[in-house]
Amino acid sequence: MSKSFSRRQVVGMGAALSAGAMLGMSGCGEDETTEEEAAGGDASMTESSEITNVSYDPTRELYEAYNEIFIPHWKEQSGQDVSVTQSHGGSGSQALAVAQGLEADVVTLALEADVNSIVDAGVIKEGWIDKFPNSSSPYTSTIVFLVRKGNPKNIQDWGDLANEGVGVVTPNPKTSGGARWNYLAALAWAQEQYNNDEDQCLQFLHDMFANVVALDSGARGSTTTFVENGQGDVLVAWENEAFQSCDEYPDEYDIVIPSVSIKCLPSAAVVDEVVDKRGTRSVAEEYINYLYSDEGQELGGEYYYRPSNEEILQKFSDTFDLSIKLVTIDDFGGWKEAQEYYFDDGGQFDQIYEGDLS
Amino acid sequence: MSAAQDIRKTNPEVEITSSEDIAKAKRKKQRDPIKVVLIVLGIVYVALLLVLPLIYVLVQAFGQGISAFTAAITEPYALDAIRLTLLAGLVSVLLNTIFGLFAAWCITKFKFHGRRVLMTLIDLPMSVSPVIVGLIYILTYGRTSPIYGVEQALGIQIIFAVPAIILVTVFVTFPFVSRELIPVMLGQGTDEEEAAALMGAKFFTIFRRVTLPHIKWALLYGIVLCAARALGEFGAVSVVSGNLRGITLTMPLYIETLYNEYQYSAAFAVSSLLVVFAIIILFIRSYVEYRGGKETENDQNAEITKKRRGRRKKERQEPQTVAAEDSPPPTSTPATASATTAKE
Amino acid sequence: MSNQKASTRSHARANRVIPGFGISFGITVTLLCIIVLIPLGFLIWSTLNLTFEDFIKTITSSRALASYAVSLSCALIATLINAVMGTVLAWVLVRYSFPGKRILDGLIELPFALPTAIAGLSLTALTVDTGWVGSIFANWGIDIAYTRIGIIIALTFVGFPFVVRSVQPVLEKIDYQTEEASEMLGAGRIRTFFSLLLPEIRPALLAGAGLSFARCLGEYGSVIFIAGNTPFQTEITPLLIMSQLQEYDYAEATALALVLLIVSFVVLFAMNAVQTRASRKTQG
Repeated sequence: MSKSFSRRQVVGMGAALSAGAMLGMSGCGEDETTEEEAAGGDASMTESSEITNVSYDPTRELYEAYNEIFIPHWKEQSGQDVSVTQSHGGSGSQALAVAQGLEADVVTLALEADVNSIVDAGVIKEGWIDKFPNSSSPYTSTIVFLVRKGNPKNIQDWGDLANEGVGVVTPNPKTSGGARWNYLAALAWAQEQYNNDEDQCLQFLHDMFANVVALDSGARGSTTTFVENGQGDVLVAWENEAFQSCDEYPDEYDIVIPSVSIKCLPSAAVVDEVVDKRGTRSVAEEYINYLYSDEGQELGGEYYYRPSNEEILQKFSDTFDLSIKLVTIDDFGGWKEAQEYYFDDGGQFDQIYEGDLS
Repeated sequence: MSAAQDIRKTNPEVEITSSEDIAKAKRKKQRDPIKVVLIVLGIVYVALLLVLPLIYVLVQAFGQGISAFTAAITEPYALDAIRLTLLAGLVSVLLNTIFGLFAAWCITKFKFHGRRVLMTLIDLPMSVSPVIVGLIYILTYGRTSPIYGVEQALGIQIIFAVPAIILVTVFVTFPFVSRELIPVMLGQGTDEEEAAALMGAKFFTIFRRVTLPHIKWALLYGIVLCAARALGEFGAVSVVSGNLRGITLTMPLYIETLYNEYQYSAAFAVSSLLVVFAIIILFIRSYVEYRGGKETENDQNAEITKKRRGRRKKERQEPQTVAAEDSPPPTSTPATASATTAKE
Repeated sequence: MSNQKASTRSHARANRVIPGFGISFGITVTLLCIIVLIPLGFLIWSTLNLTFEDFIKTITSSRALASYAVSLSCALIATLINAVMGTVLAWVLVRYSFPGKRILDGLIELPFALPTAIAGLSLTALTVDTGWVGSIFANWGIDIAYTRIGIIIALTFVGFPFVVRSVQPVLEKIDYQTEEASEMLGAGRIRTFFSLLLPEIRPALLAGAGLSFARCLGEYGSVIFIAGNTPFQTEITPLLIMSQLQEYDYAEATALALVLLIVSFVVLFAMNAVQTRASRKTQG
């Protein structure tokens, strides 16, 4: 066998194989897309459509229930069968996946900053926040404490979290949307307590994070650490998450409402690039719109999310402590600024950890 | 890990079995405290580190009763996850077996520039962190990559879809088959294939009739390891999955999802399925190694005599090739070269 | 492998008798490129978006350095434990016969077959201070889960089979007679081990430990469950990469990934060298 021949053979083989590999792969992919095209090619023409809702961690139960009421609603409105695929994970990593090509029609994430990072990637158009009422937040929430039954460490307010011997469980603000709200809520309390004295605020946050026993990457991970694995004395959590844990384990936990907390605005947006490609814009928009309907709002309330509709919120006044003092993200200059100042690399959160903690 | 082991298995120099047996028998008679201490230490260590987690999974899985268990594993999402995991495992095993066979053939039967580099590159996926595997596939096929445009033009979705899950699984199990084959085939040398080729046998005939009988146990062992790792991969898959329920959740990811939904006993029920897979795989592995070990032992003795006889025959029939072989042998590997000299 | 010179000399006009070089080389290299090299190339290409100074700054940031320290120290300790216990187990499996030996032998590969996520979940549940094992240690005030001890245990689990499986065959091959002679001549058990056996098994031990170390360094699935993931204390480098990814810091994530990759590559390369030397020794 001559050398030139074998080399040609090599090249030929290579080309054939890569072509084969591409074909094989496109084979796999094509099946999916044709299905999707058939499904969503034109929403009004076809009989069924399929959308994907990429969401954050604690909403698993909410959207499972919501899909149950949305599917008949859409059938009634458009005559179309729709199926909804759910995806849950840490808000940050979910946003990252969508920015990198995860085909979501709708994103319902923990905070505006995560949607903004999808905007930066060019997948969602600017101005999404004004597309739906209440800054595109169909429901709100706040941050509360979950403590063990009887509150053995007597935790009443944020200040107690920095006490010696208190084990705190919170997710990592770097990776979890909920944890960023936690952080800002703690900061809001400190700013009020110490009259905006920056050093004292930082000292407090430092002491509080020194008490953290496990810094999981997502809100649900923290809940598991606290509830299932029995770590720490207090879980700093979404209000809805705290209520739900109390439901799951009726006699084991108490909820403590701090004197100051923050109004959390989880964001919902339609993913422009994907819905335009798949032709699912109308169903995706209705998916979010219907969250604002009375049915959607009540369902939110039942799952311990505070409805953005004031009237319906009042209906749940037994459940929620509506007197709690809530600051908003605007007090911190809006998400763009807050993200940069507190959470980006070298931001305040990093300083807290890179100080004498190490 | 079994590279050294396999070299020795097929290395015809291992002829100490008989003396070993005698020594063993001698040892047996001695009752010595160190022996007991070491055995107990080993068993306790394995029990604590390996068996206890296994038991824990099973206890949790059946903690809510059999019906809860069967309900958990027949849930549609669970079935989807099982299907996807088996698909990814199957494709990885097929692709890596093909790759392993060709790579081992190429590396052990020929000498060429960059052979050592090629060997190291093949092993490389063994030491790449799963997280990095996920990351590089996002970089390669994600929206920021130039390839993404091509994907879009062709209407295919790779990342956060089934193809990516299969690709990363193939990556993490890439060297498993070739790693098992290469040492065996190095030890075996190239004489027999050369002889067959000179007699006019075609590639596939040589492979099937001459090479395969020697490597079949190593091949099976590699396939078993590959399957085991493919079924359980978590880190890399979690990065490229996108967590689409019923579509891109493999069993380990589905378990994590269940765990995150407070469905602990369901999570452990699905885990126990994977544990059962693992135990089946371990059984196959033990069987493969047992059969393989037995056969190569028999083989070795037979082989040495056969080789010697064959060599003599060849000398008579085709003196020119033998001459070519005795002066610095260009086609045979040094391993055989030294083995040959040792034998002569 | 041993006669590099001969190979370079004879390469040019390799008179290949055996067929199939083209096809096997072609398939090997093509698959290697598609699966391994092209994706790795994208990693390096992405790192190029960083200037050299930024690159250095990223990989030497205090948090990154702390994560290297956690990853390296835990991987090292886990590997050492496995080296010792792996040798003990290999010895027990080769030299002694006792009931249940085959089962013990079969269990060694369990960490390969058991998904790391499940291992992580159950090890965590076992070692938290309310768990089966953790509650015992909690009596003495020792926490396992959510500390570095937890990380070490998870890593010990995943790296366990490597040492056993590389030392075992070497021990099988060693002749008992020299050992017995040495003992008869009055050398103590321990001295016999260190002066006779250890040199024999050293290459295999190093190779197994090297693989185990590389595996531990990159392990993610089992560790995230059991580590507290606190920066500077229980944050491993793969986790830092993950969290940087989630902050869209691609450049920084890739820079750290490159560091980890280079370290594993060096370990792998050193290990290959050790193995080559070892196999040359046994073959020559």
